[in-house]
Amino acid sequence: MNADACVPEIEIAGVTKQYGNAQTVLESIDLIVAKQEFLGIIGPSGCGKSTILKLIAGLAIPNSGTIRVDGMTPQNARETISFVFQDATLLPWRTVKENIGLGLELERIPKNRRENEIAALLELVGLKNVARAYPRELSGGMKMRVSIARALATNPRLMLLDEPFAALDEMSRDHLNEEILRLRAEQNWTAVFVTHSVSEAVFLSDRIVVLAPNPGRIHAEFRVELPAPRTSAIRNSREFDAIVARVSHTLRETLRP
Amino acid sequence: MKRQAITALNALAVFAALVALWQIVLWVFHVPPFMLPSPWAVARAVGARFPLLLNALAITAEESAGGLGASIVFGVLVALLFAQSRWVRKMLYPYTLLLQTVPIIAIAPLILMWMGAGIFAVTFIAFIISLAPIIANTTQGLISVDENLVHLFLMHNASRAQLLFKLRLPNAVPDLFVGIRIASGIAVIGAITGELFAGSSRVGEGGLGYSILYASSQLQTDYLFALVLAATVLGFGFLFLVMFLEWYFLHRWHESARAPEAE
Ligand SMILES: Nc1ncnc2c1ncn2[C@@H]1O[C@H](COP(=O)(O)OP(=O)(O)O)[C@@H](O)[C@H]1O
Ligand SMILES: [Mg+2]
Repeated sequence: MNADACVPEIEIAGVTKQYGNAQTVLESIDLIVAKQEFLGIIGPSGCGKSTILKLIAGLAIPNSGTIRVDGMTPQNARETISFVFQDATLLPWRTVKENIGLGLELERIPKNRRENEIAALLELVGLKNVARAYPRELSGGMKMRVSIARALATNPRLMLLDEPFAALDEMSRDHLNEEILRLRAEQNWTAVFVTHSVSEAVFLSDRIVVLAPNPGRIHAEFRVELPAPRTSAIRNSREFDAIVARVSHTLRETLRP
Repeated sequence: MKRQAITALNALAVFAALVALWQIVLWVFHVPPFMLPSPWAVARAVGARFPLLLNALAITAEESAGGLGASIVFGVLVALLFAQSRWVRKMLYPYTLLLQTVPIIAIAPLILMWMGAGIFAVTFIAFIISLAPIIANTTQGLISVDENLVHLFLMHNASRAQLLFKLRLPNAVPDLFVGIRIASGIAVIGAITGELFAGSSRVGEGGLGYSILYASSQLQTDYLFALVLAATVLGFGFLFLVMFLEWYFLHRWHESARAPEAE
């Protein structure tokens, strides 16, 4: 093992965040995410989940405390980070192919390499037959696939996902969850996944952090010890239900004044 | 396209009904022809002076198109400037409102005095009057970009130029077309207004505005009607052209530009 592997992917130490003079959104957050860990973040809405992701991405600046991504400042680490937003946030004037290639294009990767990469990704996320369609012609689930393919195109080491499947029906959501795990097994990125679905968090995560609101702070942490290749069958297991029950209970605690 | 054909047929039916109504009014109220000529008399006037009419139409069309084209180019440039900072917008935006509120009738004689009467001055008037909607709509489109999309671009360390040309500008195209649609009608009005003041270098020959003045001074009411009709046709022609271009460029990705199903 080289020394590099000992640096955690994300190190958040004593971070406080406040927008302008408004109420404090996040208060003294300490959080370490190991390389190749899948961290789920769950909490009531408005408790600062999106803000944490934005801080990690360097899209928001903390008022105090430090954030390191792979030992670097978030801004310097951006090349290794991909962000997936709740709505697919596709460019409506671009076809599926052109949307997937956006990041590569902005990073000025030559066209022939881009084309190869896009072709592989279309295959990977099962969008080959709609490569030339425009976003408005796609279902919500397909749009999300495009968004994920776009995020994977730049070979990220860290994926930040902000409630990516919140707007989808349960079936597409379950299906995409399985796909996320398959993609991660192939590509070994680290993930921070925000959701407000407990079962989604349990299914995906190695560890779950529960946030409490006003001000946003870490309330509890769970390790999810489920057997390694997680298949859809796991959702019906007793261990799965037990963890879901425990996390749900803790989540309800955060809502009490 | 079938829908468009039906819409066109409907419009034609309304037109026929209006002409019939016009003729009936003449019969019932015995209006003298110098006040309201019959549809037939107007058609005859069109036939008799067709080359002259066409010439007037061409002059006005040229001025309107020139003014509109200039206002698109200049308006987009101004909008790009406005999109750079809130500060610039705050400082300069009131002046675009001024463009919109200054009565063109009042400044047309001034412009003609400064620039000399002629096609160029009239084009300039069409340009001035059609500028505001282009600036306002394009600016709106440039600045109202989904915040997440901006974040997405920032995550790839996008340059200012990339943000502008790959995000803000394409985002503004539908708004630009809204602006052009509004401006196209105004440009024709501007050109005709300009011509009313500009006169012509040769007696009896000039754009629609000039010809309307001339026909009215000669009490050629049938020809006057023909000219008004031509002005309307010109306005419609512009609008249809713009709408076609809008459909052509936007229908594949933008909601508003699809064939109108839900109205
Ligand atoms: N850009 C911003 N400016 C001001 N307040 C913000 C901004 N973004 C988020 N907030 C506020 O911070 C709080 C937490 O927001 P967010 O991180 O989006 O919560 P969550 O994702 O958990 O729902 C909310 O009260 C929200 O109103
Ligand atoms: Mg959120």
